[in-house]
Amino acid sequence: MIDLKPASSDSEPPVKNGKAFISGLIAALTMPFWMVFASMTGFGSMVRTAGLNLDIGIGSTIGIWGLPGQVAMLELFAIGAPLLAIITASSMANLRFMPMSVVMMPMFRGDRRAHRWRYVMGQVMSINIWTVAMSRCPEMPLMERFPFYMGVSLACMTGGVLGVTAGFVLAGTMPLYVTLSLVFLNPAYFVFVFSSVRARNCIIAVIIGAITGPLIHQIAPNWGVPITGLVAGTAAFFLDRLIRRRGND
Amino acid sequence: MIEQTPWFVLSCSILATFFWRALGVAVASRIDPNGPIFQWFSCVAYAMLAGLITRILLLPVGTLEQTSTVDRVAAMIIGFAVFIIFKRNVVAATVTAFLVFLTLAALRQASVF
Repeated sequence: MIDLKPASSDSEPPVKNGKAFISGLIAALTMPFWMVFASMTGFGSMVRTAGLNLDIGIGSTIGIWGLPGQVAMLELFAIGAPLLAIITASSMANLRFMPMSVVMMPMFRGDRRAHRWRYVMGQVMSINIWTVAMSRCPEMPLMERFPFYMGVSLACMTGGVLGVTAGFVLAGTMPLYVTLSLVFLNPAYFVFVFSSVRARNCIIAVIIGAITGPLIHQIAPNWGVPITGLVAGTAAFFLDRLIRRRGND
Repeated sequence: MIEQTPWFVLSCSILATFFWRALGVAVASRIDPNGPIFQWFSCVAYAMLAGLITRILLLPVGTLEQTSTVDRVAAMIIGFAVFIIFKRNVVAATVTAFLVFLTLAALRQASVF
């Protein structure tokens, strides 16, 4: 049995850590593992084209662990941009991790292991892992969520490392249309994932965000994503409250 | 002048990304998950992600820039039809969109159109 739990004297009833961890692995293997694998193959071939080594590809996949930030770093490094510009751009491209972890972490509240490992949990979080956690964890007993999350994360990170390696090794040998289709796969998947959200405030936020995202990007390419989040998210928040108030009358 | 080795640049980028993750984790432990501020964060997170995804599909930068907008949109529309017909089946819709896009991209590369 795999037991992620560090030695502790928690007095909670015994939890099926191994089982929850494995169900996390399985949940990842149904879709997210393959999505991460596919999108990282695209990144792997970019790393090679940029003239960098595979260790940088793998290091940025595990360390940055967010494709838009990885791409920003790689592209700016390849053209010899100043260090500060590279750091700012890659960091801004992954700013979404801030609200994402704010929304996700409270699901683990009450589990002391999750509290102890909270910054590790924040580091291994990605959009693929986040969407699985957000849809599956609320239905799960509290103490199974942490091992489940770690299972999903481990599987997805493995998928990412395998993907970036495959993309690096196969760069130039795969037909271009295959590479392009693999890169297309993950954003396509998210359109359907986000079309499945159930909470009304989230549905409104997704719709307004989806419409305004490309428009705001044209005005402010570098700040498009955070501005979209603030503007569309705030609009959705108030719209949801308005609808709730109307419903109560 | 600091020498910009790839690993040095990468380490800085990792730390700069971790800043957002850590900030989120720290804020999360000081927030009431049933309160309005949490609701607002939730809306912001979903709006940000939805905006990012449509931006990637409609106005791609990087690899997808080499693909045709018509192909991407056509694949998503057919995928969405499957999504609705198969009662919100994410896997069926994703696989369909992928296969449609793959076919269109292959035909384009073979100069069929």
